[in-house]
Amino acid sequence: MPALAIERWAKCSGYPPESPVVLTVEGTHGLLIHAVTQAAAERGARPGARLTDARALDPALVAVPADPDGDAALVRRLAKWAGRWSPLVEVDGDGLRLDASGVAHLFGGEDGLVRDVEQSFARLGLTACTAIAPTAAAAWALARFQSLSRKGERGLAEQLASLNVSALRLEPDTVRTLERLGLKTIGALIDMPRLALARRFRGGEDVVDALDRMLGRKPEPLTAAPADPPPRSALRLEEPATHVEAASQALERLIPGLVAKLEQRHLGARRLVLSGFRVDCSVAEASVATTIASRDPKHLQRLLADKAAALDPGFGFDAFALTADWTEELGAAQDSLVEEPSGERELARLVDRLTVKLGPRAVRRPCAYESHLPEQASGWVAAISSPAFAGEVARAARRRGLLPSQDPSTSFAGPPPLEIEGRKARPHRLLDRAEAIDVIYATPEGMPRRFVWRRAVHDIARVEGPERIAPEWWRQPSSARLRDYYRVEDAGGRRYWIYREGLIGDGRGGLPSWFIHGLFG
Amino acid sequence: MARGLSLAAGGAVSASGASAPAKAGAQTVPALAGAFAALRATGPLPSQGNWQLPSSLAPTLSELFAAQPRDGGWIGFLLAQVDRAKPLLWVQERMAILESGRIHPPGLPTHNLIHVEARDARDALWAMEEGVRCAALSCVIGELWGDPRALDFTATRRLAVASERSGTPCWLVRLGGTANLSGARMRWRVGSAPSLANPLDPRAPGLPAWDAELFRARGFPPGRWSLFHEADRFHLVAGAGDRALGEVQRLSA
Repeated sequence: MPALAIERWAKCSGYPPESPVVLTVEGTHGLLIHAVTQAAAERGARPGARLTDARALDPALVAVPADPDGDAALVRRLAKWAGRWSPLVEVDGDGLRLDASGVAHLFGGEDGLVRDVEQSFARLGLTACTAIAPTAAAAWALARFQSLSRKGERGLAEQLASLNVSALRLEPDTVRTLERLGLKTIGALIDMPRLALARRFRGGEDVVDALDRMLGRKPEPLTAAPADPPPRSALRLEEPATHVEAASQALERLIPGLVAKLEQRHLGARRLVLSGFRVDCSVAEASVATTIASRDPKHLQRLLADKAAALDPGFGFDAFALTADWTEELGAAQDSLVEEPSGERELARLVDRLTVKLGPRAVRRPCAYESHLPEQASGWVAAISSPAFAGEVARAARRRGLLPSQDPSTSFAGPPPLEIEGRKARPHRLLDRAEAIDVIYATPEGMPRRFVWRRAVHDIARVEGPERIAPEWWRQPSSARLRDYYRVEDAGGRRYWIYREGLIGDGRGGLPSWFIHGLFG
Repeated sequence: MARGLSLAAGGAVSASGASAPAKAGAQTVPALAGAFAALRATGPLPSQGNWQLPSSLAPTLSELFAAQPRDGGWIGFLLAQVDRAKPLLWVQERMAILESGRIHPPGLPTHNLIHVEARDARDALWAMEEGVRCAALSCVIGELWGDPRALDFTATRRLAVASERSGTPCWLVRLGGTANLSGARMRWRVGSAPSLANPLDPRAPGLPAWDAELFRARGFPPGRWSLFHEADRFHLVAGAGDRALGEVQRLSA
């Protein structure tokens, strides 16, 4: 994209298009010109020149500071949007690289792909120079250095032969050395003996290496290439769809395709992403996760339906893709002969639905931790990510012959709770934060007689305790005080769990304070 | 020993926690029933050998009002009726958590549960309805604080129908709410009652007891009972404190 900066600026600013404007960046010796408008170019301004020099030619030039960060952000956004053509897109400096292997036929061959890309960018008002070549380096060189008129049906080496050596992406110093030696085009370089080149250019300025990469003698993979592209099904629309139900309707048509792909590869989806590609080069995404791998079209559709309906079409969607970006192995499964679904899968689906609507932090399962402090001993883990669909784990183990068969309906239990020296009386409910209460008690360590919690007075009829829980010195600060827990019952039979924090004269603060921590049922 | 007799009649003459005496006590219900008729139980007394809590045969929606919002007694009453083989869905509205605490798994008889913290009553009711439709759950418990607008007759009716269709019982727990129009098949009001004697320590609380009032039910007469739960059954508490002791002493004299 040779003119991205100036085109982006022209779209965002209010200047008339014919005004001579240059975008400037800070250079070592004053401002340098970064990009110029057509009008400014006609008046002699060139990118890379100093602003003062250009001003000398035409004092009427308008200088505006450039925004390289904003340009880079736009390139990144465009890279995401370019996912409509190929699953593998990489930002490469100020351009984009697409791995077009195996996707060109979807757009009517390589020519069709190039035409589609150029048209799409033209619709955005951006000039894009595109080239398709067998190697990434060659494509880079052709896109930047080949003028459009010379595109033809020639071999790669022939096409490249006439290009300047700077198309090899070498250091400027190396390029200067090569030009001084008279090697001005790549064609001249190809004809040189390799040994001589390798001997002359060593270390960082590896001309042979660049040449090999360009001609495909040496692989240059796109980074972040997933070894196994995730199952994906895509849909292109003839006309941009702006109505709200567009995404839902697309989802209906995408799901069968994705499920078929999952089935073929014996996979089940754990996470699905629905991407809607808008015409204004932005992408709307909605994703859902599942508790156990699934490829049931009805279930997946139900999970995504709400989120799909909430996607904002903006100026209209013109393509959709549904990707299962996290998958797990899932063999062919049969529910049962009769119409009675298995408990575990039902449960996993329930968790999925709850989590999609309420969020993973709201749907949780208990999880025991090794701690003596009650509030730390019992933690919670998100039900969707808990390792606990123990039934699923057990069934996998059974398949491998590790465990004897057992009743699957009881196997949801997860890891067994941590039992520390027998069963102690623990309340049914725990306050998220222990609340301070006023207690009348026999000092220094006597039983409580009466307490006031939230302005209600409770006369204690019966009391059991104390159960002393010492601070965990290996975890807590040295100023933490011990707790003496009492199980108390008030005159009405309501039972509470209260504690006194600290002792008189324990050297860790003043008088002990009382807290209420739990309620018994 | 006299203490054990003093507090409980019927099922737990010896509220000792040992299972054999408790079973023996359970069989003594008919014999003692007449003698203790005047004591405390105000509901229907055990006519046959086994007194049973009124509970509908088919799973349905029951509504339970906590006698006081910060009285946890209903939990024991409710959990005693829950099937522990299957997982439990426990939905708590955020306000209920703030006011009366979050459930604490180490204190519960089962760890096999899914907890949902709902932002408001609407989300809570939605989660309950999703849960009730899932036949793999043993029970759905939903706690709502006060009288939310989302909880109307339609909402409760939907829950009741879904519960009856799927066979998953549903308990709608109301903390600090008023008993307005509802589609629930059974409506309870449950609060704590002074617990039974602790055989090991006279000053300590013993087995929990509850005052349960069934104030509306389909197919059952309303009633009010003082109950406790031991050895997988509910038993009636007859009398409490010194009054019962006096009666027992008078009877035995």
